[in-house]
Amino acid sequence: MKKGGGRGLFVGLCVIPTAILFTLFMVVPTLEVFYYSFFGGFNKFNIVNKEFVGFQNYIDLFTKPSIAPKFIGTFQNTILLIVLVTIVTFGFALVYAGILSREKIKGQNFFRIIFYIPNILSVVVISSIFFNVIYDADIGILTSFTNLLGLTVKWKSGNEIVIFSLAIAMVWQAIGYYMVMYMSSMAAISESIYESANLEGAGRIRVFFQITIPLVWTNIRTTLTFFIISTINLSYLFVRAMYGTRAPQSTWVLLYYMYEQTTDYGLAMAIGVITFLFSFLLAGLVNAVTKREVLEV
Amino acid sequence: MKNTILKERIVKAIIYLALIIFALVIIVPVLWVFLAAFRPNSDFRGDTAMSSPWSLPSEFRFENFVDAWTKAKMGDYFLNSVIVTAVALGLLLVLAIPASYVLARFKFPGRKILNTALMGGLFVNVSYIVVPIMLLLLGFDRAIGTTFFMNNRFILSVVLASTALPFTIYLLESYFVTIPAAFEEAAYVDGAGYFKTMFSIMIPMAKPSVITVILFNFLAFWNEYIVSITLLQGDKVTLPVGIMNLSQASQSKAEYGRMYAGLVLVMLPVLILYMFVQKKLTQGMTAGGVKG
Repeated sequence: MKKGGGRGLFVGLCVIPTAILFTLFMVVPTLEVFYYSFFGGFNKFNIVNKEFVGFQNYIDLFTKPSIAPKFIGTFQNTILLIVLVTIVTFGFALVYAGILSREKIKGQNFFRIIFYIPNILSVVVISSIFFNVIYDADIGILTSFTNLLGLTVKWKSGNEIVIFSLAIAMVWQAIGYYMVMYMSSMAAISESIYESANLEGAGRIRVFFQITIPLVWTNIRTTLTFFIISTINLSYLFVRAMYGTRAPQSTWVLLYYMYEQTTDYGLAMAIGVITFLFSFLLAGLVNAVTKREVLEV
Repeated sequence: MKNTILKERIVKAIIYLALIIFALVIIVPVLWVFLAAFRPNSDFRGDTAMSSPWSLPSEFRFENFVDAWTKAKMGDYFLNSVIVTAVALGLLLVLAIPASYVLARFKFPGRKILNTALMGGLFVNVSYIVVPIMLLLLGFDRAIGTTFFMNNRFILSVVLASTALPFTIYLLESYFVTIPAAFEEAAYVDGAGYFKTMFSIMIPMAKPSVITVILFNFLAFWNEYIVSITLLQGDKVTLPVGIMNLSQASQSKAEYGRMYAGLVLVMLPVLILYMFVQKKLTQGMTAGGVKG
């Protein structure tokens, strides 16, 4: 590498502005989430007079009668969504990826292009589509199907059902993205493995479970970890875009509850910290549980 | 033998059915929005409201788009979105490309800390830190005694660009690392300085990954709403926030036509772009690994 000649100036000009903005708008706010979680009695309109409360916000979340049941409820909703959305999304994404990369299909490109569309749309658009087009009580597309079956399902307002309405929208949004992801790792599997499986007379389903899935397992694990972290965030974005600030309590997820605390930012930040730690814990746990011997080809 | 052929055909039929059903599940609601954007309000409420989602529009009202653009201020919001997306994207490229190159190629004090912090930043979602960012900007405003940092589209662009840095630098840096050092050494021998080498040799070579970065961040900035809704208000909001407000207003005031026209305005640029770049987008995505 070249010596001297303004090297320091060059490196500084390239890195320092970036480092400053990154520190100002990411590092500092992240540290502040933790810092503010130990304070109480402040909000958007009263920032100056905050008061150090130690771990009181955390204690309140789990013990205070006016908070704890709601907080535990949002925890349950979040976990339900993570389990449901992850299993259904990954199931469909893997099956469709298997079909599109293994079968001779007419219009293969067409299907890939269409399936990816939800991923490029804004959460606001998707929420509005589901809320007004699919779940509407009078003219919703899904409502018209459930009516046909003689069922009255209140997709938008039914207390028991809204969390599943949310899950459907999230699955709809995610399948295509992960399908494309798996298609590319499936394309890397060598043809000769499939040929020898065919010679042994293995059927489609056996090939899928015993060859395709094990060979893309590393990719499944990586995406799973990221999926869990992003589901916690996306679930909030969907609830907020669908219901604004008046979501029915049965759809409240962790981050929604955080944003509910407009009068007590300290409590909000404590919820943020717990959510943050929970997402890492869960991702780490899933990563450990799914550990298998890596098959190389 | 005949049996296996028959069985094969049935399996194929099921496979096609599965593909077609999922394709319809995606296309039909999107097309429905496009059709609904032309419907008069009377299609949605009162005695003349349609009885099923499959009935055709009673008339085609192009005025919905005019109403959305002017009366519902979608024109203003569209312009806001264009400004925010363009400024944020430009700023992001100026900040991220040279930094990624230097991080990939030069040793300097603090490099390791910066790299580690950026990697950590990949896991910090902006939803967690919007409130502290807002408090920070409110603090700045208090310090200067006037409202400048809040409700400012350019500041929003700066925030969006800053929070996109970890993912963008991660993609670009891993690309710069793969370019052989011989290219730079040749440039230095020819007497090119650091700046010239970066701008005329290295950045052009990183074009594929720069394009990936532009595509992904364009989509992210254009579709973003959670930072905008916190930092902007009134006439300055971006299109997705405008849609959310209209969508909530339409539940009471029943301006459905305008709302659907507004939805079309948000979707159309993205769908048109997608038609041209879908191959690049999906290739770039799998090359770059996972998005946060």
